[in-house]
Amino acid sequence: MSKEWPLWEIFIRGQHGMSHRHVGSLHAPDAEMAIHNARDVYTRRNEGVSIWVVEAKNISASAPSEKGPLFDPSNDKVYRHPTFFDIPEEVGAM
Amino acid sequence: MYAQMVKADGKGVKSREEMDAEERAFQDKIDRDVKIEPKDWMPEAYRKTLIRQISQHAHSEIVGQLPEGNWITRAPTLERKAILLAKVQDEAGHGLYLYCAAETLGVSRDDLLDQLHSGKAKYSSIFNYPTLNWADIGAIGWLVDGAAIMNQVPLQRTSYGPYSRAMIRICKEESFHQRQGYDLITKMAQGTKEQKAMAQDAMNRFWRPSLMMFGPSDKDSVHSAQSMAWKIKINTNDELRQKFVDQTVPQAEYLGLEIPDPDLEWNEERQSYDYGEINWDEFYQVISGNGPCNKERLGARVKAWEDGEWFRDALTAHADKKAAKKKKQQQDAA
Amino acid sequence: MADKDALFKFLCRMGDNCLIIGHRNSEWCGHAPILEEDIALANIALDFIGQTQLWLGLAGEVEGEGRTADNLAYLRDAFDFKNFLLVEQPNGDFAQTLTRQMLFDAWHLPMLQALKESSDERIAAIAEKAVKEAKYHLERSRNLCLHMGDGTEESKRRMQDAIDLLWPYTGEMFKSDNVDEAMVAAGVAPDLADIKATWDNFMDEFFAEAELVKPENAWFQQGGKTGTHTEHMGFLLADMQFLQRAYPGATW
Repeated sequence: MSKEWPLWEIFIRGQHGMSHRHVGSLHAPDAEMAIHNARDVYTRRNEGVSIWVVEAKNISASAPSEKGPLFDPSNDKVYRHPTFFDIPEEVGAM
Repeated sequence: MYAQMVKADGKGVKSREEMDAEERAFQDKIDRDVKIEPKDWMPEAYRKTLIRQISQHAHSEIVGQLPEGNWITRAPTLERKAILLAKVQDEAGHGLYLYCAAETLGVSRDDLLDQLHSGKAKYSSIFNYPTLNWADIGAIGWLVDGAAIMNQVPLQRTSYGPYSRAMIRICKEESFHQRQGYDLITKMAQGTKEQKAMAQDAMNRFWRPSLMMFGPSDKDSVHSAQSMAWKIKINTNDELRQKFVDQTVPQAEYLGLEIPDPDLEWNEERQSYDYGEINWDEFYQVISGNGPCNKERLGARVKAWEDGEWFRDALTAHADKKAAKKKKQQQDAA
Repeated sequence: MADKDALFKFLCRMGDNCLIIGHRNSEWCGHAPILEEDIALANIALDFIGQTQLWLGLAGEVEGEGRTADNLAYLRDAFDFKNFLLVEQPNGDFAQTLTRQMLFDAWHLPMLQALKESSDERIAAIAEKAVKEAKYHLERSRNLCLHMGDGTEESKRRMQDAIDLLWPYTGEMFKSDNVDEAMVAAGVAPDLADIKATWDNFMDEFFAEAELVKPENAWFQQGGKTGTHTEHMGFLLADMQFLQRAYPGATW
């Protein structure tokens, strides 16, 4: 059997000023083709202004068991979340 | 549905007492609607069942390109041609998303495709029926996509993260599919005498196969309990089938199309339609390879894959050469 | 102001090229070598169908006899189609499909770039929109042809065969006739000699980079622009026009 095209993870910046967001994956022989394919597969409805591709095998992920130490410390910093602050109703949406 | 005959692994639903600590923690997460992600611990049976279900769904999407694709070159206006092509292209995209979701469970897309091509893997029975006139394209959008959506909308809440995210994207993109189908068949049903006849002919051929899409009756659907406990199946087959019938009958009435079922009748007490017995013999025959188009459909997929091998290999070879050249340049520079 | 009849013919040529190459690409849907390519080809086909609607829509408007883009696409016979012979050639293998695409794109892009400056604003507006698509088409077809040319032994052979097979259909794209001359005179469209210079440059660069041999200019086939097609055209139209022909007057 022939060698399968490697898997790439695709990140797209939807609008100017936003960060790149993971949208999905696809197969491509190299990075250049991965970008082309990403344009065709993931921006069929004008979803993007910029594309990043990363070969899936090059992504290092935190193990789920590390979830505690990595993410818990920020859990108590509730002030980082907008709902922490009460805005008077008459001020309106913020 | 698109995954009609998914055998769940494992020996039926375990009670909490029978589960070990890991299994219990896993089930607790599911019960609390916490998504399972690729690197999380999961029972082997959950993983295997999901691979089977997601890949069946993916296979259905790409085999599903063929019956509609059959009419792309014959679409009667430029606009219809563009709409149909965009829709069939979406199906290729949905197949792609789903294969990727399955790949997060540790299988390769090529292996899954091999299973399809060898006849080992199943796909939805509906795509083994032929598209014989232009109204069939409307019937597929309206009835087949309509039936699929019934299943796919709740699956957005499925327990496995990558599957759920794929379904969310798919549902968003599918929203125009059913509408275009109904719009198309409306034009036909309200058109010339010949067009009306085509619409009715399509209805006659697609109604019962559409009902079969939901899979065997609940009483024969032995694996449902485990899949529902795992939240990879949200509703029962008969529940969804009934919902589909109730939704579709008034739409057919509006079109003036007759539903080919003499037993179809409103049941005042149940506030639902009763419908005639489904021919399950036919269903099992089609699923196991004896439908009117099984050989053509699979043959077309195999041919595309085999004819394309040299192309895929060529691009791999080129990428390897390019990478080697780059490496050499870096070495020379160092 | 350009002669109405010549302008109509010119617009039909633009539209028919898009229609026929788009149709050919759409034949791949569901049958391409890999899912990613299946999706990419459908995008290209969709671009061309969209461009067809614009060109043939304008053609009907210029003609002034109430014909729509659909009327022109579905109710003319082969001799009234004015597309290049190149674009109606069958898909063959993927090398043939991509080679046909590149040979056409390398003409199409400079043509559209020039048409952006057309004295006819309606034409300039269509070109403005289409040129972005054409740029991507050419980038993609060129890349894939290069990669196939520098892939395996087999892909190289297939690419060379495709180029040798399709090369004789390229001369027609640059052969100027009285329609083209009228367009140049009215400032509607560029001189084809200029387009040819750009195309030749592109091809020289392509062959310099590709591991492929540029065919010796032998004999060029022609006839598409004046309605004398290859035998493939009749079958393509029989397929495409079936419903409109079989059920005249129906609304779809």
